Amino acid sequence: MYILAMDTSTHTLGVAVMKNERIIGEIVTDLKKNHSIRLMPAIAALMKETNIVPEQLDKIVVAKGPGSYTGVRIGLTTAKTMAWALNIPIVGVSSLEALAYQGRFYNSFICPFFDARRRMVFTGLYQWDGQQMKRIVHEQNVLMEDWLEFLGRKKKQILFLSPHIDAYRTIIKDHLGDHSLIPEDVYQMAKPSHLALAGKMKQADHTYTLTPNYLRLAEAEANWLKLQKEKQND
Amino acid sequence: MKKNTHILGIETSCDETAAAIVKDGREIISNVVASQIKSHKRFGGVVPEIASRHHVEQITVVLEETFEQARLTWDEIDAIAVTEGPGLVGALLIGVNAAKALAFAKHKPLIGVHHIAGHIYANRLEHEFQFPLLALIVSGGHTELILMKKHGVYEVIGETLDDAAGEAFDKVARMLDLPYPGGPHIDRLATKGKEVIDFPRAWLDKDSYDFSFSGLKSAVFNKIHNAKQRGESLRKEDVAASFQASVIDVLTTKTFRAAKQYDVKQVIVAGGVAANKGLRSALKNAFAESSTPLLIPPLHLCTDNAAMIAAAGTVAYEQGKRSGLDLNANPSLLLK
Ligand SMILES: [Zn+2]
Repeated sequence: MYILAMDTSTHTLGVAVMKNERIIGEIVTDLKKNHSIRLMPAIAALMKETNIVPEQLDKIVVAKGPGSYTGVRIGLTTAKTMAWALNIPIVGVSSLEALAYQGRFYNSFICPFFDARRRMVFTGLYQWDGQQMKRIVHEQNVLMEDWLEFLGRKKKQILFLSPHIDAYRTIIKDHLGDHSLIPEDVYQMAKPSHLALAGKMKQADHTYTLTPNYLRLAEAEANWLKLQKEKQND
Repeated sequence: MKKNTHILGIETSCDETAAAIVKDGREIISNVVASQIKSHKRFGGVVPEIASRHHVEQITVVLEETFEQARLTWDEIDAIAVTEGPGLVGALLIGVNAAKALAFAKHKPLIGVHHIAGHIYANRLEHEFQFPLLALIVSGGHTELILMKKHGVYEVIGETLDDAAGEAFDKVARMLDLPYPGGPHIDRLATKGKEVIDFPRAWLDKDSYDFSFSGLKSAVFNKIHNAKQRGESLRKEDVAASFQASVIDVLTTKTFRAAKQYDVKQVIVAGGVAANKGLRSALKNAFAESSTPLLIPPLHLCTDNAAMIAAAGTVAYEQGKRSGLDLNANPSLLLK
């Protein structure tokens, strides 16, 4: 059983190949370089190195967002098209859930998040329940300030994970103090091996209908909906 | 006997998700276009982020439909051609990454194609080319005169210095409160109007084959604005007819002059604005007396589609052009 996993939802580019229970190859970079140029060559290089041809793949796992809209679409388009061409199942895993795996052995709440600009974040709350990474609070696009206030009321230990942790370190400590734990930078990026593991345990999605987990409407759409509402109220 | 060449084309440069299979660069085996026009209509124009979202939703559905219609298997596909640019970068990325995934998964050569080369080669699905030929490209994003002396080599002899012709149509349509996309509405109104307003024609330098439509656009705006201020009524039909006459006059005159100067064997017209009835008939009239044949593809091949990308890709394939798996979307790709 061979699984190919790919993640381009943040600056991190990750590709992993899993054979049965083991990761036999993994490429991870954390660079501000172009995913569109690098993803396919990275997949080709890793599969060559691990001596696997596309026809041997049994499943494709992709990080479906949230994250950079463009990045997520590059990963999803590549994964969906490969799965369609090879006629194999595809699984979309939340990019936040994949990141939460960095806290797999933490025994309280895990809060993975990505910066969403204007002091907002894409985030959710997770906890390992002994079998799977369980979502405790649904994923959302929220002001970090409001989110931290909400977390503070839980009165529990929370592990924070994010490639954008630096910009939020102070505000997290201000709100949660000793209830927050921020591990070293090496834990702050998602690993494609975790993505492969998470996807292995999940049911396949439909190749045609699998869409990015944007967590936010396109700006033009949001404005348009607002306008329709205002018109109704007039 | 030489085996047939089948090229799969993919096009996602703007608001159509399209795939097609073309045989020997001339025969459409299947041609699928998923248009997003309804979705963008409410915004009065194409919204790039919305376009990208639709493309990623549609891409595998469109590919499936393309193969279903063609009744071909992957064994019979020789290569994959995809629009590399120009266009909306987020939109282009979907086609490019899908094409790369297919090329890798199915072990097929990959060919990046220029969108305008595609528009030109849409004509070859109807008529074989004879060189030298002159191509007039008119669309929402382009207004160009291109000279071709042989397959796959493009010499831009004139281009717009500001707005594309189609862009001017859309902007003037908005001034007249016509729905998006405005081109067809102006065309329709123009047939009911009279050319009573003498809008400027931008001829530029005497020998120039370049175009400019921003001055015309301002003139239309001022005319409408001044009429409103003076409380005069202006017939929309007349504004449309006068505006369209100016655009068509410049396009037709320059195309005719270039055809003569370069002594071409064919003149072809391509791009979304080639669907404009006024332009089609003006060009036909201009070339009626001339010995140079004028070729305008049917409407469904004027607008964006992937058969044209496969057709242009076939020539590139035969000439040995290949792209690597590091192919990227290039929103400002030049035609060479
Ligand atoms: Zn076009």
